[in-house]
Amino acid sequence: MALLEVRGVVKRYRELTALDGVDLTVEEDQFHGLIGPNGSGKSTLMKCIAGAEVPTAGTIRFAGHDIVRATPAERARAGLSLKFQITSVLPSLSVYDNILLALQAQNSLSSLVFSRTRAALDDQVLQMLEQFRLGDQHVDLAGTLSHGQQQWLEIAMALASQPRLLLLDEPTAGMSLEERRVTGELLQPIKHRCSLVIVEHDLDFIRDICDVLTVLDQGRVLDSGDVEHIRNSKKVQEVYLTRV
Amino acid sequence: MIEKVVAPRAQAEPVSPLARKTPPDRISLIPTLELLLLAIFTVLPLFLPAYLTMFMTRILILSLLAISFDLVWGYAGILSFGQALFYGTAGYGVALMARDLGITSIFLVLPASLLIGLASSFLLASFLLLGRNPPTVIFVALGTLTGAYAADRLARGWYYLGGQNGIPSIPQMTFGSYTFVQGPVYYYLAFAIVLAVYLGCRFLVRSQFGLALAGIREQEVRIAFFGYKVQHLKTIVFSLAGACAGLAGGLYTFQEGFVWPNMLGVVLSTQIVLYALFGGVGTLIGAVIGVIGIEVLSYVLSDSYQQIWPIILGALLLIVIVLRPSGLISLLVSERERIGSFGLRRRSRANRR
Repeated sequence: MALLEVRGVVKRYRELTALDGVDLTVEEDQFHGLIGPNGSGKSTLMKCIAGAEVPTAGTIRFAGHDIVRATPAERARAGLSLKFQITSVLPSLSVYDNILLALQAQNSLSSLVFSRTRAALDDQVLQMLEQFRLGDQHVDLAGTLSHGQQQWLEIAMALASQPRLLLLDEPTAGMSLEERRVTGELLQPIKHRCSLVIVEHDLDFIRDICDVLTVLDQGRVLDSGDVEHIRNSKKVQEVYLTRV
Repeated sequence: MIEKVVAPRAQAEPVSPLARKTPPDRISLIPTLELLLLAIFTVLPLFLPAYLTMFMTRILILSLLAISFDLVWGYAGILSFGQALFYGTAGYGVALMARDLGITSIFLVLPASLLIGLASSFLLASFLLLGRNPPTVIFVALGTLTGAYAADRLARGWYYLGGQNGIPSIPQMTFGSYTFVQGPVYYYLAFAIVLAVYLGCRFLVRSQFGLALAGIREQEVRIAFFGYKVQHLKTIVFSLAGACAGLAGGLYTFQEGFVWPNMLGVVLSTQIVLYALFGGVGTLIGAVIGVIGIEVLSYVLSDSYQQIWPIILGALLLIVIVLRPSGLISLLVSERERIGSFGLRRRSRANRR
C-alpha cells in the first residue's frame, strides 16, 4: 500500500481551476519531486495534501486513511509535515525555542503545563540544530538568521515531529548556490527516515535527490516517472522549452 | 476577512553580530520589578489611612482583571473586549447567592465566582473560538464586545437584577463567625488571591504551554501544521482568564457591597484593555503597573484638577500608547526579555559537547 494516494483531486477558485484531476502516488521512503512551470498547481497540490486547502473534488489517502476532511493538526499528528513556501519561522523566539516548539507539538496538555518534557527534549533540540548547522546560533532570535539559515531552521522544524511524509515547498528559494548545495547535503540523511514530496524550480537540485518526478502543467499531471524517464519525455521537454 | 489587527508579536531586534554571539545574561528586570511591587504591596496598609487602603484594595482587584486580559492578549493573541462580562457575571452570581440564598461563606462564594467566570468564558469561547477554522482577531474582539454589551443591556432591563441600580446592600462575606469588612484584612485577602493567581499565571506562561501560546501569538496558522490543537489551547487560556476575571468580580462584590450593570459592560472592558496597554502587555507585571499608573493618576488628578482631569488623563494615555506601543514596561524591559526563553538555555558550548 502506498503511503500517499492522491486521486482525481480538483481545486477550483471561482473561475480558476488550479488542479484538474491530479493523481499522485508516493511510496514509503520515496523522494518524490513535483516540477512544472509557474501556476501549474504544485503549491496548491501541496496545500491540499497538508490541509491548508480543501479540494473541490477527489480523494487523498494517507497511510490508508482518507484525510480530505482532516484538519492540519490531525494530519500532522498522523505523520504529515509541511514546510511552507514562504519562510514562517517564529522570528521573535530563539532558534532553540523554534525547534522545541515543533518537537513538543504532540505532547499532552498536562506535560506542556508542567514542562515534563523540557529536559528530555533538550538533547534532541541541540542534536537537530547541530544537524542543520545552527548549533552556534541556538540563543539567537530566529528573525536574525540569514534567509538560507531560516530555511534550514524551518526544514528542521518540519522534521522535528519525525513525520512519515515531509512536504517541502521550494526549500531552496532565494538561496545562494552554496546554500543550495548544503541543503541537498542536509536532506540526504533523511532518505531512510521518511518519504518526501518536494516542489522545486531548480531542476538540477531536484534530479539529484529525487527517485520519482511528477510534472504538472496547467493543473494536470503531464508525466510521471523516474528521473531518466522525465529527462527523455517529449511532452515535458516541450513544456519546458516553450514556456519556462 | 480582516487580518490587519495583529497580536502583540515582537519585532525581531536588529542586533550587532557581536551582540548576537552573547546570550543575554544581564540582570532580568522583570523579577526585580515583581519583587519590588511585592514588597510595596506587603507593607502598604501599615502606612496608609483606611480610605487609601480601600483604594489600594480596588487596585489589587483591578490588577486581577488586567492580568486576565494580559493572559489572553499578551500571551495568546486573543483580543478580548469581554473580560468585564465574566467579572460582572460572577459579581452578580455571588451577589444573588448572598441576597437570595444567604450564602456568604468565603469557601463558597469565591470558588463560585471563579467557576462562574470559568463557565461563562468557556461558553463564549465555544461560540467564538471552537470553529473548524481559526477566527480572526477582529471577529473575536467584536464577539466579546457584543457579549459584554448584551449582558450590560440585559442587566439594566432585568428587574430581578435590580435594573439600572444593580443590587445594593449585599451581605458581607464571612469566614465562620468572622465578617470581612473593608479595610486591612480585606486588603490582605485580595493581596493573597492576586499573588496566588499571579504566580499561577507566571508558572503557566513560562512553561512549555507558554511556548505553545507564544507560537499561537506569533504564527497561529503555522503551528497548527505542527499538530497543535490551536483552538483548544486558545479556549483553555480564554477560560482560565475568564476564571481570573470571575474571581476579581467576586472580590469586588463583597468589597463594595453592591453590583451594578457597569460591572458587565463595554466601558469597563475597554478600561481593562487600557490598563494593560498603558503598563505593557506580555509580562503580567506590566498589567499591574498599568492599573496602578492609571488609577493613581486618576486619583491625584481628580483631586487637583476637578474639572479637566479626564482630559489630562486621556492625553497622558494617548501619549504613552502612541510613543510607547509596548507600554511603560518597555522603558525598562527589552523586547527579548519580555518574550523570554522556554528551553534549558544558556548552556555553554563546552557543556554541549
